[in-house]
Amino acid sequence: MLKEPKMPILLQMFLTFFKIGMFTLGGGYAMVPLIQREIVEKRGWVEESEFFELLALAQSSPGPIAVNSSIFVGYKVAGVTGSIVATLGTTLPSFFIILLIAAWLVGFRSNPHVEAFFKGIRPAVVAMIAAPLFSLSRAMGIGWKGLALAAAVAVLVAFAGFSPAILIGITAICSLLYGIWQKRRQQGA
Amino acid sequence: MQIYLDLFIAFFKIGLFGFGGGYAMLPLIQHEVVGEPHKWLSMADFTDIVAISQMTPGPIAINSATYVGYTVSGSVWGAVVATFAVCLPPLVIMLLISKFYLRFRENHYMEMIFAGLKPAIIGLITAAALTLMNSHNFIDYKSIVIFVAVFIATLFKIDPIKLIIVAGISGIVLY
Repeated sequence: MLKEPKMPILLQMFLTFFKIGMFTLGGGYAMVPLIQREIVEKRGWVEESEFFELLALAQSSPGPIAVNSSIFVGYKVAGVTGSIVATLGTTLPSFFIILLIAAWLVGFRSNPHVEAFFKGIRPAVVAMIAAPLFSLSRAMGIGWKGLALAAAVAVLVAFAGFSPAILIGITAICSLLYGIWQKRRQQGA
Repeated sequence: MQIYLDLFIAFFKIGLFGFGGGYAMLPLIQHEVVGEPHKWLSMADFTDIVAISQMTPGPIAINSATYVGYTVSGSVWGAVVATFAVCLPPLVIMLLISKFYLRFRENHYMEMIFAGLKPAIIGLITAAALTLMNSHNFIDYKSIVIFVAVFIATLFKIDPIKLIIVAGISGIVLY
């Protein structure tokens, strides 16, 4: 793994998030495998177990998930300055590329090579989102109750058009109530 | 000057109310840039932005802010103002959430909440994968071959960036 201990942490963070911003195609959860690789495995800024909490937090705030994740990681590693640097890193690649397209490359979309390139990438992005699901659920030690909840959330969002933010809010409240109820029952027994 | 203020307000709103990220934000963006009172873009222009966003890296909210900011004002500063405005609300809100979380995460009640949130997040990622399994992303058997190959490679922890580049090159070779 690449480790540059001499590089200042802010520069390291900017470059890492620039890379994430550069290769995040398809938006939303397409960045999950990439951010996990860079932030958890390569840099160790966020622990494996913390990664899900990061995703839950990123969903509970408005704004793009990639931007929200970079704000959290930036803040955790280097405070408010860190979060601003990380956000710049995530945003700048798309900013420059879109500016370039808006200014000059109006025909960009109809270029057959670009079109073919993206035809190859689209199913790959879906595979990269789907493949880690099994190992993630195992790593988190999800039981049958957890799997049932995950399946319910997946169906509600994908097929019934429920808002992820609202489901997160409802789940948070229900888990809290369930936890308190369970604790009371244990104390009572 | 007015145009910069209008851009700032419109994209600040998108940043403030854009829960759920990605395509969940599309109706909101459309409402602000295609609808009254600005009518900055036609519906066809907006569809083009969505298509361009799908083909370029980065979150769709950022992409549309940069694009609309530039085309509406005819200047790079419009792009800067709109992009900054869309990032500002998440920056403030997410900073507060992070601060709160990092202070209280050892708290017993926080642990209870996250015990339920973890499976919910697995559900959300599953939903994202299911939604993307559509005829736009899977056009023929070659798409399925790429999907299966990348699925297996991901299980073996191959670098996602390398996989994206290889998949893109296979696209050029295959199509």
